[in-house]
Amino acid sequence: MSLRGKAAITGYAEMAPQKRPEGKTSLGIMAEMAREAIADAGLEKSEIDGLLTACSLSDFSMLWPSAVVEYLHLKPRYFDQVELGGASSAGMVWRAAAAIEAGMCNTVLCVVGDTWDSRLFMAKPPPFPATEAEFDAPYGMVGANPGYALIAQRHMHEFGTTPEQLAKVAVDQRTNGCANPQALFGDKRITIDDVLSSRMIAEPLHLLEIVSPATGGGAFIVTSADRARHSPNRPVYLLGAGEAGEHSSITRAPNMTHSLVKPAADHAFAMAGVSREQIDFIQPYDCYTITVLVTIEDAGFCAKGAGGRFIEEHDLTWSGDFPCNTHGGQLSFGQPGMAGGMSHVIEGVRQLMDRGGERQVDGATIGYVNGNGGIMAEQCGLILGVEA
Amino acid sequence: MSNQATAFPRPVPAITDVSRPYWQAAREHRLEVQRCDDCNEWIFYPRQVCSECLSSALSWRQVSGLGTVYSYTVMHVPPHPGLADDLPLIVAVVKLDEGPQLTTNIVGCEPENMVVDMPVTVYFDDIDESITLVKFKPL
Repeated sequence: MSLRGKAAITGYAEMAPQKRPEGKTSLGIMAEMAREAIADAGLEKSEIDGLLTACSLSDFSMLWPSAVVEYLHLKPRYFDQVELGGASSAGMVWRAAAAIEAGMCNTVLCVVGDTWDSRLFMAKPPPFPATEAEFDAPYGMVGANPGYALIAQRHMHEFGTTPEQLAKVAVDQRTNGCANPQALFGDKRITIDDVLSSRMIAEPLHLLEIVSPATGGGAFIVTSADRARHSPNRPVYLLGAGEAGEHSSITRAPNMTHSLVKPAADHAFAMAGVSREQIDFIQPYDCYTITVLVTIEDAGFCAKGAGGRFIEEHDLTWSGDFPCNTHGGQLSFGQPGMAGGMSHVIEGVRQLMDRGGERQVDGATIGYVNGNGGIMAEQCGLILGVEA
Repeated sequence: MSNQATAFPRPVPAITDVSRPYWQAAREHRLEVQRCDDCNEWIFYPRQVCSECLSSALSWRQVSGLGTVYSYTVMHVPPHPGLADDLPLIVAVVKLDEGPQLTTNIVGCEPENMVVDMPVTVYFDDIDESITLVKFKPL
């Protein structure tokens, strides 16, 4: 048994990220996103009998799924939270499909919202594992900047990856962001020089290679393939999914440059029965430029270590030969806390529904989405397509 | 910056009964790591059971304190407000000759002289009257 073609995403909603909460709360954002996604899927609230959510970083607490159920007055037969950091939203897609296929429910609302900013991270950080607080934090391994910088440094050492190659990820994604009216940083294009002359934060990573925290959220609806046929939108089917984990702190990863994107992607592609050549676009989680480069390699779009040259030789913009993060990625769209990984799922769905507007990838029928949490610690690969 | 440092104390290890021998040894300027008596695997950070074979038979062993820099980053922005006075801070992962990897800082080396895979030796930094951090310096 596999989940291939068993369920589809039939509607979505997405908030334009903003720098400050401006009076909004995470639960309030989730409720707005739920309202819009349910309407987009042509459903009534009463038809939602499943809920998957992720706890916002700004209001991190226990009993979160119940809090969401209460706020929205839902009556789910299946509800849970997915806590895989930035991979949470991608992880919701196959869990929803599995719950539907198992007969637990018919239609699942997947929703995340967050009011996140960098001041909050310093003043009220979400609790990290005690082992990291004890053995990493005293040395300044706090947050994500040092961990991803370590990966980039080691990748450069092993494979000769250059700062210019990394910077091109941010440049191409900014071009995509400029075609996305919802992007937080979509006003003007940038050059490789702009990236490399931006402030050095954690060597070798510059300011423009690092996501900016934001307030935002998104939601999507997963239902059975049968029900999806009545959707007002073109159903986007889950064709394959794969997950992998092995460490939390990057210090304890068996290998810093060879990530768990590989086993997750291999599983997803095998389930889908799809080859890398059939993929029309990729939406890889991008907290940093290096994250995209490593994902391109480990998802199998080029040989290990050849990611730098691949990025140099391919056009990652929406109209290019390798469309990547066509919404601008979090680097240009913004990173609304725990909802950041939602943007990659929604953009994949948007493209396959042919609702990409100015940045629509012509004739896109199959896409690859990757969710990544922590410091390359949680990986969830998805293959989405327009035919079951 | 100094106001920030006053408002936010530096992050210090919250020592548990399981990890106390590690920090106590560091206080006495010895680097000790657990080793599994059953499968011989080196275990770091300290655990109640071996992360490979799940045995409870773990012993503390003194190690050489020698290793190499697996990777490093020079932090130009404080990763934590309590570390604002430590910039530029070299955060590194050191691979001990015995195998385990540790998060650490490299001291006694200018940032521009840092190289991946450079050999280092342990340096015990007594940061206050009770805590000693395990750092490394060029060999």
